[in-house]
Amino acid sequence: MSALGELRRVKGQPAAKQRKQNKAAFLFLLPWFIGLALITVGPMVASLALSFTRYNLLSPPRFTGIDNYVRMLEDDRLHQSLVVTFQYVFISVPLQLGLALALALVLDRGLRGLAFYRSAFYLPSLLGSSVAIAILWRQIFGVDGLVNIALGWFGIEGQGWISNPETALGTLMVLNVWTFGAPMVIFLAGLRQIPSMYYEAASVDGANRRQQFWHITLPMLTPIIFFNLILQLIGAFQSFTQSFIVSGGTGGPVDSTLFYTLYLYQQGFANLNMGYASAMAWLLLVIVAALTMINFWASKYWVFYDDQD
Amino acid sequence: MTKIDPAVDAPLTEAVVTGLSPEQVREQRRRRNPFRKPLTSLMRHAFLIAAAVLMLYPVIWMVVSSFRPTELIFREPGLSFDSFQLSNYTDGWNALTYPFNVYLLNSGLVVIGSIIGNLVSCSLAAYAFARLEFTGKRFWFAIMLLSIMLPIHVIIVPQYVLFSQLGWVNTFLPLIVPKMLATDAFFIFLMVQFIRGIPKELDEAARIDGAGHPRIFLQIILPLMVPALATTTIFTFIWTWNDFFSQLIFLTKPSLYTVPLALNAFQDAQSSTNFGEMFAMSVVSLVPIFLIFLFGQRFLIKGIATTGIK
Repeated sequence: MSALGELRRVKGQPAAKQRKQNKAAFLFLLPWFIGLALITVGPMVASLALSFTRYNLLSPPRFTGIDNYVRMLEDDRLHQSLVVTFQYVFISVPLQLGLALALALVLDRGLRGLAFYRSAFYLPSLLGSSVAIAILWRQIFGVDGLVNIALGWFGIEGQGWISNPETALGTLMVLNVWTFGAPMVIFLAGLRQIPSMYYEAASVDGANRRQQFWHITLPMLTPIIFFNLILQLIGAFQSFTQSFIVSGGTGGPVDSTLFYTLYLYQQGFANLNMGYASAMAWLLLVIVAALTMINFWASKYWVFYDDQD
Repeated sequence: MTKIDPAVDAPLTEAVVTGLSPEQVREQRRRRNPFRKPLTSLMRHAFLIAAAVLMLYPVIWMVVSSFRPTELIFREPGLSFDSFQLSNYTDGWNALTYPFNVYLLNSGLVVIGSIIGNLVSCSLAAYAFARLEFTGKRFWFAIMLLSIMLPIHVIIVPQYVLFSQLGWVNTFLPLIVPKMLATDAFFIFLMVQFIRGIPKELDEAARIDGAGHPRIFLQIILPLMVPALATTTIFTFIWTWNDFFSQLIFLTKPSLYTVPLALNAFQDAQSSTNFGEMFAMSVVSLVPIFLIFLFGQRFLIKGIATTGIK
């Protein structure tokens, strides 16, 4: 049903009936309205206000103008946390989506045991954000962990992957890539939606498998790729548990796993710099919003919508 | 006639459109499959099995190791049950200030409260968005969609201030009350999509019989949207059970620790010396997720396939 159609029907209704519907809608939406005001929008406005203050919960907030934002410009740990987060997001999300797409393509189309493989690949997505798996990761990549034992079979000398600042972030990226199952299931559903007549027409015209992939499968999948990209980017920016557990809450070694959200937690809830943490929260909102908008803008150039129907 | 497995064959649109039987459709699909030759197909299965084992090996290893003495876990790290023992579980259960059942109960309470809250508040809001025509509907709908993408970190500081002034820190209320107020807008969206698929004629028939909106909602829509409610229940369960960030912020008393907080405390206290017990309690913490995965998979796969969530 089109939005315009909805609008027209609203206008066409007699006033009394409209008032009755308004009243009913208001009652059904009442919990949501209260939540929106008190839990979402209210705190958003409040955190903008707090970002211009110094506030430690114990004494009332003191207005300090743009001090917090100026401080953010000079805060080396903040810059480090941005570098860490951007590296994490822009390396692990493309790898994760690439793997998800590759396995979806292998699994697609008349393969026996599909349900089994799909489950096996999907399970890590459910576990990936838990503390238990983060603890396990700490062991796997530890000095005498599984990875080093496996490397030992090939005669390669292992190392403490998590205690080495060069590789610590990489272990968290591997953890994110490990959860490729959820986007893979979405890709699988997307592949099913591609009408088989396109492939039939292409093979009649003599297109080989590779050409069919580049000229049918990939273009038809771009909306799904776009959707997964937005979802995984926003999700990855908000990762917290993994870096908190693996680094014991410090973001170490030498801030190499200091996610932005972890630094925000340290500032707000360990140091009680609530004003500064609010300013950081708004920077996060601006970054996530900007990235999403850039993505939507860029999508005009690479996302293909099949408007035949 | 082959049984149609909805998970594998859905949506068998070709069967509906072309009038072919499911076998024929499957055969067509198989013919389209680039790995049709038996040998390549065998290689493909070998590759997939190897990939699946690689993916699941760490988890399987953790489960097996949790039944072995800590000193053996690293000396002989294979998958063996040679020195099977349960002491990691019995000792780990009581290793912290409180026995582990306290943390399981706390997590359970938060999860149940969150599920009830999401089911009630989100279904009410979804009914309004899907079935009622009200002033400013498009505006509020857009706000609802935007709120799905809002990172919780943006509002957590003032939320904390608010809840601490209400005296709610170190209670479960900051974790449950927001769900009662439909702040998990994602589920509103999921339910709206589902209700839109229910024929409107059903509502209209009820209205002619004199039913108002509360009755239409309770007696017609709610019973028909059970699959959407099941998906909501399952995802709320998993997300709340795994949630660490907000529980870490709002619960600081050990007697109120949930399972993720207990595991975190375990890791701090044992400082990676007692992996056997830590693995055992980690396995305990994952059991509910495994169970849901086994029994609720249909809803999980459908839920993420149609709406794209983790």
